[in-house]
Amino acid sequence: MIQPILRPPGIVRALRSASQRPAWLLMCLLCLSIWGAATQGAVSITSRDWLAILQTSETPLSGGAYVLWHLRLPRIGFAVVIGAALALSGALTQGLFRNPLADPGLLGVTSGAACAAALTIVLLAGSGIEVPPVLRYWLLPVTAFAGAVGVCFVLDSVARWLTADSIAGLLLTGIALNALAAAVIGLCTYLATDEQLRSLTFWTLGSLAGANWFLVTTLLAALILALWALHRLTHAMNALALGEAAAAHVGVNVRRLRVRVIALVALLCGFAVAWCGMIGFIGLVAPHMVRLMVGPDQRRLAPLAMLVGALLLLLADTAARTVAIPAEIPVGIFTAMLGAPFFLVLLVRMRKGP
Amino acid sequence: MAVAGIWLQPGFAKGAVKQGGRRIVCVGGGITEIIYVLGAEQALVGVDTTSLYPQAATTLPSVGYARALSSEGILALRPTHLLATEDAGPPSVLRQLSDAGVPVTILAANDTFEGVIERIQRVGALTDRNVQASQLEKQLRQDWQRARAPILARKTAVAPRVLFVLSHSPGQVMVGGKGCSADGMIAYVGARNAVDGFDGFKPLTPEAVIAAQPDIVLMTTQGMQVIGGIDGVLKLPGMAQTSAGQKRRVVALEAMFMLGFGPRLPQALTTLDQLLINAMQVSP
Repeated sequence: MIQPILRPPGIVRALRSASQRPAWLLMCLLCLSIWGAATQGAVSITSRDWLAILQTSETPLSGGAYVLWHLRLPRIGFAVVIGAALALSGALTQGLFRNPLADPGLLGVTSGAACAAALTIVLLAGSGIEVPPVLRYWLLPVTAFAGAVGVCFVLDSVARWLTADSIAGLLLTGIALNALAAAVIGLCTYLATDEQLRSLTFWTLGSLAGANWFLVTTLLAALILALWALHRLTHAMNALALGEAAAAHVGVNVRRLRVRVIALVALLCGFAVAWCGMIGFIGLVAPHMVRLMVGPDQRRLAPLAMLVGALLLLLADTAARTVAIPAEIPVGIFTAMLGAPFFLVLLVRMRKGP
Repeated sequence: MAVAGIWLQPGFAKGAVKQGGRRIVCVGGGITEIIYVLGAEQALVGVDTTSLYPQAATTLPSVGYARALSSEGILALRPTHLLATEDAGPPSVLRQLSDAGVPVTILAANDTFEGVIERIQRVGALTDRNVQASQLEKQLRQDWQRARAPILARKTAVAPRVLFVLSHSPGQVMVGGKGCSADGMIAYVGARNAVDGFDGFKPLTPEAVIAAQPDIVLMTTQGMQVIGGIDGVLKLPGMAQTSAGQKRRVVALEAMFMLGFGPRLPQALTTLDQLLINAMQVSP
C-alpha cells in the first residue's frame, strides 16, 4: 500500500486552508466578482476610462468613464450593500424566531413597505393632490420605508398585547398582519388605473437600476451602524438559540432583545425594499448557506451571511444586466437561479456528513 | 441581422455617422411605425419589444421591455435621442439617461386620431422630417375622413354592443371599460362599448358579462390564441348567456394594428368596421 507521504501541491494546500477560513475565501471571491462585474457590461470600458475616474480633473466625465463612475460602479456597490443588508436581516430573523424558514418577509417588512407604496400611489392620485416634482422622487421610497418600520412596530405592540413574551405569538401575529397587508395591496391593485398598476409592479419585480452613490454611502453607513449594534446583541442571540426560557435564565431580557432585533431588521430591510422593490431569496438562503458551512454561532454567522448575500446579489445582478444586452432581465430570476442549486449541493453535503 | 450585429458593438457605433449623426432609440411600437413611415429609420439604433411593425424594426437591437429599460444598455447604443411613450420606465433609468446627456422625449399616449397627428408632428420635428410629416398628416386626414364617412353616414342604425376582452394568460381575462384604447376604437367604429361602468381594465366576471349583453366580442389575435381560439372564448364563464356567445360573434385583430394608434389607424378602423359588419350579417 502506498501511503500518500508526498505533500500536496501548494494550490491544494491553499484551497484547503481557505475552506477552513471561509471569511477570507468569501472576501477574495467578492473582490474578484466586483472586478469582474466592473469589466462586464453593455458599454466597453478601456484602461483610459479607469484612469479618467481615478484622476480628479475639472472636466466632466464622458463616454465609458461616465458609464463606469455614474452607472456601473454605484450599481455594483448597491448590489453589494443591499445583498449584505438582506442577508443580515435574514440571519437576524432566523435567529430571533429560531426557525430556519423565517425570513424578513414574515415580520411584515416587505408587505408593509409594498402596502404603504400601493396606498400612496392609489390614494394620492385619487385625492388629486399635486406633488412637486422634487418631492416625487423621494415620496414613494420614504412612504415605503415608513410602512416597513410602521408595520414592524405595530406587530411588536400587538404581539406583546395578545401573546406576551412568546416568540411563536410574534410569528403568528406577523402572519396575520401580512395577510392584512396583502389584502390592502390587492384592493389597491383593483382600484388602480393602468398607469398606477405600472408603478405598483415595480415593488414586486425588484430592480437595482436606481442605484447612485448617495444611496450606496447611506446604506453602507447604516450597515456599519447595524454591525456595531449587532456586536452587542450576538451573545444574547446565541443564548436565545437555546430557547426563550433558557435565555431568560441566563439573564437575557428577551423582550428587549426582540424589540432591538425587529428595529434592526425593519431599518435594513425597509431601506432595501424602499429603493429596490422586493428581491426575494437572499434573506432566506444566504444565512442558511453560512449555517451549513460554519454552524449557528451568530458571531460568525451574521458577518459571513452578509458576505454571501453580497456575493449572491452581485453575481445575480451582473447576470441580469449583461445576459440580454442592451436589455435587462429582472434580477429576481437570477438570485433564485444562482442560489437554489448551490443551496441544494450544500444540503446534500450535509446529509452525507462531514 | 448583420447590420444589427455591427450596431451592437459600441466600437463600430462610435465611428458610424448616421443621418446627420442622429441616433434614436425608440420605445413604443406606434412611434417606431411613425419613424419608418417618415423614412427616418436610418437614424434608428434600437427599439423596444413592442416595436414589431414593420418587420425591419424587429432586426434592430432590442432594449427590452418598455417598463424595465437598462440605462447602460441604452447608452451602449450611443443614442443622441431617446423617444418614448409614457409607458417607458423605470423613472430612475430615464433620469440617469438624461443626466448622461441623452435628451429624453416622452410623447403623450393620447389614444385619439388627433393624438396620432400630434405624435407624427413631434417625431417629424425631432427627425428633421417636417415636410414628410405634414404630407403624412394630410394623407392621414384624407384617409381618416374616407374611413369615417361610411360610419357617420349610417348613424341611424342601432349600434352593436361590443365587449373588448383582453387576456395575457388563460387564467387572467380582463374586459376593457371606459377610457381604454379599445374603448376609443369602439367609439370610432360607431359601436357601443358594452361595459361603461368603470375605467380601464377589470377582471372578467360571469355576471358582468351577462349584464353587459354584448352583441360582439372583440379581442386581439394574440389574446385569442392564448385563450384557445373562438371555442376558448365561448367557454368563458357567462359568455353562453349572451347573444355574442350564442351566435359565435367573436372577432380579433392584431394588437399593435388595432390598438397601436400609429399611422395605420385609418386602415385599422376600416378593417375593424368591416369585421364587425360581417359578424353581424353572418349570424343575424
